[in-house]
Amino acid sequence: MSAFRTCPTTGLQVHRTADRLIKANAVVATVALLVGGIAAVLVLLTRWEAVLLLEADMFYRMLTVHGMNMLIFFIIFFEMAVLYFASAVLLNCRVPAPKTGWVAFVLMVVGTLMVEWTMWTGRADVLFTSYVPLRAHPLFYLGVILFAVGALTVVGHFFAIITVARKEKAYEGSLPLVTYGALTAAAIAAVTLLHGAIIYIPTFLWSLDLMHVDAQVYRLIWWGLGHSSQQINVAAMVSIWYLLGALTVGAVVLNEKVSRTAFVLYVLFISMASAHHLLVDPGMGPSWKVWNTSYFMYMAVLASMIHGFTVPAGTELGMRLRGAVQGLFGWLKRAPWGDPGFSSLAFSIVVFGFVGGITGVTFGTEQINIIAHNTLRIPGHFHATVVSGTAMAFMGITYYVIPLIFRREIAFYPLARIQPYIFAIGMLIFSMAMTFAGTFGVPRRHWDIGFTQALFQPEFTPAVNLIIGVMAVGGLIAITGGAIYIVMTVVSVFFGRKMAADDSGLGATGRGLPPGITNPPRALKPEDMEALPPSGRLGPVPGTMVLVLIFLAAFILYYFVNWMLLSFLWEVG
Amino acid sequence: MYRTGIEPPERVWWKKVGRHEKVWVWIAFAWCMVLFAMMPVWHLRGGQNPSGIRHRVDPADFQARVAEFVREHQVGTDNGLPVVAPPPGSDVYLQASQFAWIPVVRLRQGAEYTLHLSSLDVNHGFALYPLNINFQVVPGYDYGLRIVPNEPGEFYVMCNEFCGIGHHLMVGKIIVEPADGTADAPAAGVSTAGGDR
Ligand code: HEM
Ligand SMILES: [Cu+2]
Repeated sequence: MSAFRTCPTTGLQVHRTADRLIKANAVVATVALLVGGIAAVLVLLTRWEAVLLLEADMFYRMLTVHGMNMLIFFIIFFEMAVLYFASAVLLNCRVPAPKTGWVAFVLMVVGTLMVEWTMWTGRADVLFTSYVPLRAHPLFYLGVILFAVGALTVVGHFFAIITVARKEKAYEGSLPLVTYGALTAAAIAAVTLLHGAIIYIPTFLWSLDLMHVDAQVYRLIWWGLGHSSQQINVAAMVSIWYLLGALTVGAVVLNEKVSRTAFVLYVLFISMASAHHLLVDPGMGPSWKVWNTSYFMYMAVLASMIHGFTVPAGTELGMRLRGAVQGLFGWLKRAPWGDPGFSSLAFSIVVFGFVGGITGVTFGTEQINIIAHNTLRIPGHFHATVVSGTAMAFMGITYYVIPLIFRREIAFYPLARIQPYIFAIGMLIFSMAMTFAGTFGVPRRHWDIGFTQALFQPEFTPAVNLIIGVMAVGGLIAITGGAIYIVMTVVSVFFGRKMAADDSGLGATGRGLPPGITNPPRALKPEDMEALPPSGRLGPVPGTMVLVLIFLAAFILYYFVNWMLLSFLWEVG
Repeated sequence: MYRTGIEPPERVWWKKVGRHEKVWVWIAFAWCMVLFAMMPVWHLRGGQNPSGIRHRVDPADFQARVAEFVREHQVGTDNGLPVVAPPPGSDVYLQASQFAWIPVVRLRQGAEYTLHLSSLDVNHGFALYPLNINFQVVPGYDYGLRIVPNEPGEFYVMCNEFCGIGHHLMVGKIIVEPADGTADAPAAGVSTAGGDR
């Protein structure tokens, strides 16, 4: 058997080792999603005061399990698969060090298992932030270190693949944008994992009573890890946006310079953004806070606002070039809403931008953080970013990875068509309700906001109960969507109908394949440019222009309403 | 000719940017500058800033300071906690530890105080109910915040940083008495019996 296979759909030469590494990482990611998802049900049904499912100790334990499995294990294992895909597969290149790839994978799995063991046996009830001096079993920290070393090795391997591809002229011209985006994600990952080493190694030693770790210094460096890792997620997600756009509707890149510069902004300015987790901390002064959050972080915000324009704009233009030229939104009407890859892309962009992005920037403002810090507004915000944005995009690309890499048809395909809708709508309700509950000051990470056993019993207004109920219903809908995703991927991968090596799926009907594969967007011809009607006042992508202006208006409104809410409070400073 | 994001573009991809794309980038940039400017502006003009007086403190020293504060100004007890009524303009010490806020503080509306927050053990979160004012409380650091309560009433201090198994039990109290003459009447829910010295 040759080391390569030819992809019948894209014509790419795929190294079989890359195939295997992608599969292994994706499978473990899905297992982590399952574990984290089970914990999500338990945590959700406990926060819903009307049910209050778990006892306090189990609640905090399951919250730790949820945070670690979702944010760390699911997301990062999936990203490892994305790195191999964006390098070896898209660049037609071999994986130069298969052994290293497997060693890294095993390290990550062993680290994961160590962490799981400490969490499930109650030896690490410290939540995923593990703020010192809350103490976990030493193996918890060691597990995180092994996991990080493994991930760092994959990042190094990714750089090696790109270098080899360039040397061996596996591709012509420059790196495709998707790979370029993955490259920036990898660069940020390198910085992030370095912070991880700086903080987890001393903490590991501290857990063995070998050294002292200052609580504030821990928070500072931990968020150097914690926040920049969110930027890995954003960069990976945006790369997948471009990828899904290309696969589903033939989205074009309006201008390579703009999109690439925006990616570079992520790399340059992100490690400073850890500051916005420390805005109401005692260790740092106002000028440090203002400088580090605002000037630098807003350059990363700028980058996201640019991608938030270029991705829909590329979609719009790609579709207009293929004849969807009617009116402002004719292209949206003609879009393949039944393609789970496309609907995931659309929801990922909209919820990430409108809910996650706007709330994030607002809460990350030095003073506004006073009315957001550690309230439910924070998990509300990040379930709109890393879940509705990143996880949603990852789910969307899975519908292409299963046929293209696993070479299987998607089981229960009709369910796959509606899965993105269920997950996205549930998550939207969940994260908005959570954010709203947080505006009343409802704390995050809290077992009992009824305070039944506490010394005093503050009572939230009855509206809060209602909002929490809505949150729970949204969460259950999202969990249904997540469960469909897991069942569908597992069944497809292990029992799905196999595709023959030369089966491109082109023109097929009634099979478990998304339209981007059975009926891919046609290649563009030079005539298409000429056929495009002259653009009006709003330019070549008028629909997107209107959408981003609506977005800006919503942003401005939410931002200043928050300043207003802040101004009503006691004077403090 | 346009390409998708998975096709390698030619070597030189540094091309002129379309006018509308450029306009959006500049609008976004301008908005980011507004976001930036608002923070220093609020420091100059706004009443709510997380600046504070910040310095390191040994937890044992802080605990001693709180004990002294209670000794000086205690006026009663509430649910077993000392109730303390410091004079306007003074320093107020609030101690966080697993799983209590000590002491209960009685303040006067419109007066200014410096509220010192610190922890004796792990991280805690100062969350003032129902106002939604939140600060991180870190062991080893004293966060001294100037506050001016602007309305009378009973306020509760929840903990909103996970601090251990009894995290949700951690509720303290701040009472703000109206600025007018009724100030000396004991606030609702506070028993002065046996507490007055
Ligand atoms: C499937 C639907 C999901 C539901 C219903 C859900 C629900 C929840 C709930 C109720 C909390 C507790 C909030 C609190 O008490 O502070 C939580 C926390 C969290 N969730 Fe999710 N979640 C879901 C999916 C995800 C995913 C996919 C991720 C990551 C990719 C994620 C990451 C987190 C993190 C990091 C926390 C914070 C944990 C902490 O505060 O220590 N969640 N989630
Ligand atoms: Cu606490």
